[in-house]
Amino acid sequence: MATIPGTRRPRAVKGTRSRGIALHSVLIVGLLLSAFPFYWAVIMSTHTTSDIFSYPPKLLPGSHFLENARHLFDNIDFFGSMFNSLLVAGSVTFLVLFFDSLAAFVFAKFDFPGKNVLFALLMAIFMVPAQLAAIPQFVIMAKLGWIGTMTSLIVPAAANAFGIFWMRQYMKGAIHDELLDASRIDGASFLRQYWHVALPVVRPGLAFLGIFTFMGQWNDYAWPLIALTNPDNVTLQVALSQLNGTHGTTDYGMVMTGALLALVPLLIVFAVGARQIIGDLAKGAIR
Amino acid sequence: MATVPALQKPTAAPASAPAARTRRGRRKYWHLYAAISPFYLLFLGFGLIPVGFSLYVSLHRWDGLGPMEWAGLSQYRYLLGDSDFWGSVGNTVVIWALATFPMVLLAMVTAVMLNSAVRFKNVYRFAYFLPNVTSVVAVAIIFGSVFSTNFGLVNALSQAVGLDQVAWLNTPWGIKVAIATLMTWQWTGYNAIIFLAGLQTIPGELYEAARMDGAGPVQTFFRITLPMMRPVLLFVLVVSTVTGLQSFSEPQVLLQTTANDSTFSGGPGHAGRTMVLYFFQQTFDNNDFGYGAAVAWGIFLVVILFSIVNWRLVQRRGED
Repeated sequence: MATIPGTRRPRAVKGTRSRGIALHSVLIVGLLLSAFPFYWAVIMSTHTTSDIFSYPPKLLPGSHFLENARHLFDNIDFFGSMFNSLLVAGSVTFLVLFFDSLAAFVFAKFDFPGKNVLFALLMAIFMVPAQLAAIPQFVIMAKLGWIGTMTSLIVPAAANAFGIFWMRQYMKGAIHDELLDASRIDGASFLRQYWHVALPVVRPGLAFLGIFTFMGQWNDYAWPLIALTNPDNVTLQVALSQLNGTHGTTDYGMVMTGALLALVPLLIVFAVGARQIIGDLAKGAIR
Repeated sequence: MATVPALQKPTAAPASAPAARTRRGRRKYWHLYAAISPFYLLFLGFGLIPVGFSLYVSLHRWDGLGPMEWAGLSQYRYLLGDSDFWGSVGNTVVIWALATFPMVLLAMVTAVMLNSAVRFKNVYRFAYFLPNVTSVVAVAIIFGSVFSTNFGLVNALSQAVGLDQVAWLNTPWGIKVAIATLMTWQWTGYNAIIFLAGLQTIPGELYEAARMDGAGPVQTFFRITLPMMRPVLLFVLVVSTVTGLQSFSEPQVLLQTTANDSTFSGGPGHAGRTMVLYFFQQTFDNNDFGYGAAVAWGIFLVVILFSIVNWRLVQRRGED
């Protein structure tokens, strides 16, 4: 890509520069549009609701953030539901990383009877939409006594087809057979090979899967809304939705403060892993 | 069964060794099966059995608690004539189209620009991807305030330039436009970054040759960029079809404050009631598990049909 401007430059330096400015102006408009809702949330969460309702609209942050935050903490168990979200997203991420990478290791590096059939089945499972299974899942979990608890969110998500497929692709390229053979000759058991040979090599792949899983679980909404039947014991997304449903037309400053605060942990995770996740997702799509 | 031929020719020991010792073979593989078993067990319990069971449920009248009552295909027959269901199919498709076409176009333009901009590429990529990692619930609450009738930014802007106020979340088209805008905002950057990755795989020599032949930028885009991008475009279209046709959180959160009967009702006039919202309403608000299961299978068929049509359209353009 660097060759194009490079070859053009000697011909028309001025034209390239003004084109560059035009290009960056458009890209910056796009950047502002992407960022604007976050800025808008900051504005609304720092004003009182009566200020929000006034005209012309406020375009600069106000000074009522702490007041809104206090209302928020009075109305919902914000930190309790945040703890639930951390518990669910954290446990699922841990379990997915372990189960998916273990299964992926087997599919990538070993042969056994029925392997192709089992892998084809895995790919077919990609296609099954969630709501087809939703009713029986709800019934099964009600029978197991899991409805209303975080278990109903953690267990069914503990391993998934996407992660196994993704890690298998990654491991095929990253783990060299000579390395495995050498460890086998040294008498390493299957688990030892997985733990000491495979895992250290595929850490970047695990990082992507971990961040991706954590963010997906943190944001999950439809199933928790159904499964968490006790309104006092929910995840952050469900708590936010309850807040919006009951106060969404009356105390806007408070609701917006909740929405803003709920984004913070996610923005931190994204800021830490952005390079990994953007690069890997794009690579996965063009593979 | 593999033991029989092995026993017939015991001399070829090395070659037939794995087949000859099936029991030992099984013992040899058990750890591999154990390693992949968690996913398959979970899938069996929370995937395969539920999907099969939902077919069974759809053939019964059932409130989820009491006894099941055989209903045969009557609920599917009702579904075919259910104007509420077909209304929700219409809503879903209109919202999907309103979101997807601007999104794909904007994402493509953004990607082409990003590809030719040399500086700050990583800054742009980070900023454009940000909307996609934020939770739909928080974002829908924020967009609800942007589109609010009384204090929303969109109406304040239109008032400032002398346009009429629109009750965005109270009119059929306003609702659809608001939902589609939210989706476009959330997914344009994501798709732009995927397009960008695709653009970067196109060999520079192709552009070099096109410039030698005197092709302009527009011609280059339609003759080289677009044909080379067809697989990526197909990926983006299929993903946006499958996710867009199953939209739930966006309309549910955005319209829950204007909905008066049910939080799954999709706002005034049910204008934002998507297929999946209708499924949730039937199942978990009306406790009609039997009909809900039939609706779920209906949604499944609509999504599959749409994906096939999409696939065909993009493929056919490739053959011309």
